[in-house]
Amino acid sequence: MKYLSHALLAVSALALTTAVAEAKTFVYCSEASPEGFDPSPYTAGTTFDASAHPVYNRLTEFKKGTTEVEPGLAESWDVSEDGTVYTFKLRQGVKFHSNDRFTPTRDFNADDVVFSFQRQGDASHPWHQYIPGITYEYYTSMDMPNLVKSVEKVDDYTVKITLTHPEAPFLANIAMPFMSIVSKEYADALDAAGAKEDLNNAPIGTGPFRFVAYQKDAVIRYQKNADYWGTAPLIDDLIFAITPDASVRLQKLKAGECHLMPYPSPADLESIKADSTLKLDQQPGLNVGYLAYNTTVAPFDNPKVRKALNMAVNKQAIIDAVFQGAAEPAKNPIPPTMWSYNDAVQDDAYDPEAAKAMLEAEGVTNLSMNIWAMPVQRPYMPNARRTAELMQEDLSKVGVNAQIVSYEWGEYLQKSMEPGRDGAVILGWTGDNGDPDNFLSVLLSCDAAKEGGANRAFWCNEEFSDLLQQAKVTSDQAERTKLYEQAQVIFKDQAPWLTIAHSTQYVPMRADVTGFVMSPLGDFTFETVDLAE
Amino acid sequence: MSDTAPLSTGAIRRQMLAEFWFYFRQNRGAVAGLFVFILLVLTAIFAPVLAPHDPTVQYRDAFLLPPVWQEGGRADFLLGTDAVGRDMLSRLIFGAQYSLFIGIVVVAIALVGGVIIGLVAGFFRGWVDAVIMRVMDVILAFPSLLLALVLVAVLGPGLTNAMIAIAIVYQPHFARLTRAAVMGEMRREYVTAARVAGAGNLRLMFRTILPNCLGPLIVQATLSFSSAVLDSAALGFLGMGAQPPAPEWGTMLAEAREFILRAWWVVTFPGLAILVSVLAINMMGDGLRDALDPKLKRS
Amino acid sequence: MVRFLLSKLLYLVPTFLGITIVAFGFVRILPGDPVLLMAGERGVSPERHAELSAQLGFDKPVVMQYFDFLGRLLHGDFGNSLVTKKPVLTEFLALFPATVELGLCAILIATLIGVPVGVLAAIKRGSWFDQVSMTSALVGFSMPIFWWGLLLIILFSGVLGWTPVSGRISLMYYFPESTGFMLIDSLMSGQEGAFRSAVSHLILPSIVLATVPLAVIARQTRSAMLEVMGEDYVRTARAKGMPRRRVIGVHALRNAMIPVVTTIGLQIGVLMAGAILTETIFSWPGIGKWMIDSISRRDYPVVQSGLLLIAGLVMVVNLLVDLTYGLINPRIRAS
Repeated sequence: MKYLSHALLAVSALALTTAVAEAKTFVYCSEASPEGFDPSPYTAGTTFDASAHPVYNRLTEFKKGTTEVEPGLAESWDVSEDGTVYTFKLRQGVKFHSNDRFTPTRDFNADDVVFSFQRQGDASHPWHQYIPGITYEYYTSMDMPNLVKSVEKVDDYTVKITLTHPEAPFLANIAMPFMSIVSKEYADALDAAGAKEDLNNAPIGTGPFRFVAYQKDAVIRYQKNADYWGTAPLIDDLIFAITPDASVRLQKLKAGECHLMPYPSPADLESIKADSTLKLDQQPGLNVGYLAYNTTVAPFDNPKVRKALNMAVNKQAIIDAVFQGAAEPAKNPIPPTMWSYNDAVQDDAYDPEAAKAMLEAEGVTNLSMNIWAMPVQRPYMPNARRTAELMQEDLSKVGVNAQIVSYEWGEYLQKSMEPGRDGAVILGWTGDNGDPDNFLSVLLSCDAAKEGGANRAFWCNEEFSDLLQQAKVTSDQAERTKLYEQAQVIFKDQAPWLTIAHSTQYVPMRADVTGFVMSPLGDFTFETVDLAE
Repeated sequence: MSDTAPLSTGAIRRQMLAEFWFYFRQNRGAVAGLFVFILLVLTAIFAPVLAPHDPTVQYRDAFLLPPVWQEGGRADFLLGTDAVGRDMLSRLIFGAQYSLFIGIVVVAIALVGGVIIGLVAGFFRGWVDAVIMRVMDVILAFPSLLLALVLVAVLGPGLTNAMIAIAIVYQPHFARLTRAAVMGEMRREYVTAARVAGAGNLRLMFRTILPNCLGPLIVQATLSFSSAVLDSAALGFLGMGAQPPAPEWGTMLAEAREFILRAWWVVTFPGLAILVSVLAINMMGDGLRDALDPKLKRS
Repeated sequence: MVRFLLSKLLYLVPTFLGITIVAFGFVRILPGDPVLLMAGERGVSPERHAELSAQLGFDKPVVMQYFDFLGRLLHGDFGNSLVTKKPVLTEFLALFPATVELGLCAILIATLIGVPVGVLAAIKRGSWFDQVSMTSALVGFSMPIFWWGLLLIILFSGVLGWTPVSGRISLMYYFPESTGFMLIDSLMSGQEGAFRSAVSHLILPSIVLATVPLAVIARQTRSAMLEVMGEDYVRTARAKGMPRRRVIGVHALRNAMIPVVTTIGLQIGVLMAGAILTETIFSWPGIGKWMIDSISRRDYPVVQSGLLLIAGLVMVVNLLVDLTYGLINPRIRAS
């Protein structure tokens, strides 16, 4: 009897190990916990990597590895002559996931699309406040409430969206995570069960992976969606191991505890390259780090002074010391991977002598200024404090005495937008949807220089702003490119910023990982990855 | 008692000191601690002379150099350099200034504040005492580091605010000690005698009672000194204490964290410096307690 | 006993009210606007800002906000996180077991090693064992544990590869959470190796967290033992010819334990503070890291209620310690 049970145990253990060996499990060491699993109310990239990308789809999608828009849940679309009416033909036979409490009875259809729009846009919608205090920040900040006039179901597989005015970036906007399509049937079932908040805890979508479980601040588990309408994932189980510390992530990667990690510390790049069990993908990030002068305060209201200061700073030294070489010097406010990047623009070359002479010519001597160093790390600026220290030294060589100031992050954001702010601010931006408008309008237009905007140079150039406005209502990309190129020339001439760098994105992974495609938008998606035998 | 010639106060003091030193000396650890502490003080005072480099100057040709005995090290950077090419040794030497300064300021604020509050509570009793002690209870109900963190978040990150926050968190210990001692002393005859002789409240509090509860306060002060060095380093480590480029040891550790796999020296040395200083002060504190606490003296 | 308990409880009421004021007050005057923080680099229009502030209740007078806060507390509503939008209590309860598990293991290590070492050091006073152990205790007591944790990671995870770097259990094991304590859950799952994996994840953080309490307990035990052994009744027992082992085991140890139990109980505050650092270093998904993250994210409701819950917890444990103390030592109960 005893022997028998032992034998049984051995057999079951064997079965277990073979089962484990057969199922391909991919572990991603993510850098932060998702805020929730409903992509619409949240704004963090880590939330989208954990919800929008694996679990959900959108009407349009960004083609993998690019910022080009391609069909998603909408197979095709027509745009009316005046650019205000979009008619989407929806994909048929798309299945929603199921979990232990919900099994879909119908396929994806127009009701789900209408529901997904209206719950965000209509304040009286029963699902608008399904969690008390919830807001739809992306929907609001992409100006969708003013843009979308109506969303109508024409038939089960046709949806008509009417805009208030033509808007060229609209198709890119709805490819963004916040426009993920959720299941209306699931929402109704949750409502009936009195568990509305489970829309945010146990997501049901149409995406390549099915959500299994989340252990707060530790692990998220997904399973492959075998019924996926696109190409089904190659791995069976996907696990996010939440590991906020970059050096810990790398240790786990080296130990084989995970297969891929985001945001390595620049300091570790050498050791990653030297490790034969690892490999390193890289591409220029869709971002910019900058120093914004306050162009409303003397002497920084003088473009020549700003240009002189730009010439006094050695960008290459910053890139070497702060980015550990993992960046390229920036000359334009948009990154070189973005369409309409104007490569003809000449950067202000590093030349302390000329800078000093220029300052003197403008009658600026004994200048003293503050440099604001942000307290947090961002992909566009791994260490603002170190950057500020380097600038401080460079500026002292041209006779400018700079002090470094810093505030806690929330305060920093607030105080840096106060008119009359004393000093230049280090900050940056990562693109949301790959459209130049998403950089230029948000950061440099006259509108953004007002309270509540993000134009921290308070720079308002009518000519520049007009070009942006024109580009926004033009749907022809070639024409838009010309307008944006012109805008970049004005920007460089007026120098409201010292453009610092576009950081390179690195993704270290185990050598046996295949098929990972880096996203210029900084997303991490895993439906194409596989593990070599 | 009246037989012996009355000793001058100076002589009494000298005798007390001699006795104190006698007991203190018996604890070898305490003497060693004192020795290290004196070294530390000297290092801090003569930092500008001792340090081979300016602690904030960045040598752009020397990022993350290892210590001199390791391959790739350079003789002009004995303990190597950090990520922006600053000399580790010089930063460590200047760091001693920060740690001592933090310890002194924190203890001074906490001691003065706590003693005054404790004196007032113990002396007046009644509702004043009740209110004060409840407030102290509230402060003590929070884990000290957590409360200090929230306080720093309120005041804004930085060295000064970190010191204030830590002092606020420490001062109830002094208040409680003083209050207990005052209440014990108040019943003594000499206090009654002084009162009968017409001593005012203030005089009674500060001249008569306070000197008699100094022992436990001194012990608590050394303890707080070392904890202050530790806690301010912890705040620095969490990014809420001294801000870079200040060569504060905890802040240096925080900055060094990302190099933990690549450059052991930037992680190891600042921590070691913290440990050695705190240990020295604690050893000294042990000796002080042995010498000042009459109960332990006899055993 | 009941009166003793009641008087203790009565004491707690004003303290607890004070705690609510502190938790509310401090957090409310934190600089930095949570609405702006939510918007990030993008910024938010004045209208939208006002709308959001109103929705979050930040537009009312502070005093009103405090009473709202108190009123909701009485109904067991600790508010919702601004970041995850979920109830703070739910989040607290989801993370709490991880911290408790870590804390209990730490205190277990500290007690199981600290007490015997302290007793032995006292018995062999002046021996090399006494010297070495007390010096080590002092080193432990002086240890910056955030650095100590980093060193252990470098050594055991980096160089030797003996322990995993972070997390609570290997990801290969998956089972539903029933108690939230990984050690128990892993045992109950019946999966081979799961328990071992959980232990290997727990060991380094526990050691780091145990360092300071261990030192304190060892020192306290030693001095309590020395004190008791000097008392008359112990000497009498010795003089009457009672075997040394029995004297120490029966009389000295039991009496010396009274202050030691208090010391152990009082370590909870130390543990909570240590948990903040330990959890940060080891990415341990517990309360300490949650608080740090929330402070830097300006997540008012979480910091507020988190402070409150933690302080309340410390208070309750201290009360329990008081009660145990009263049980062991009847003299206190009477007074």
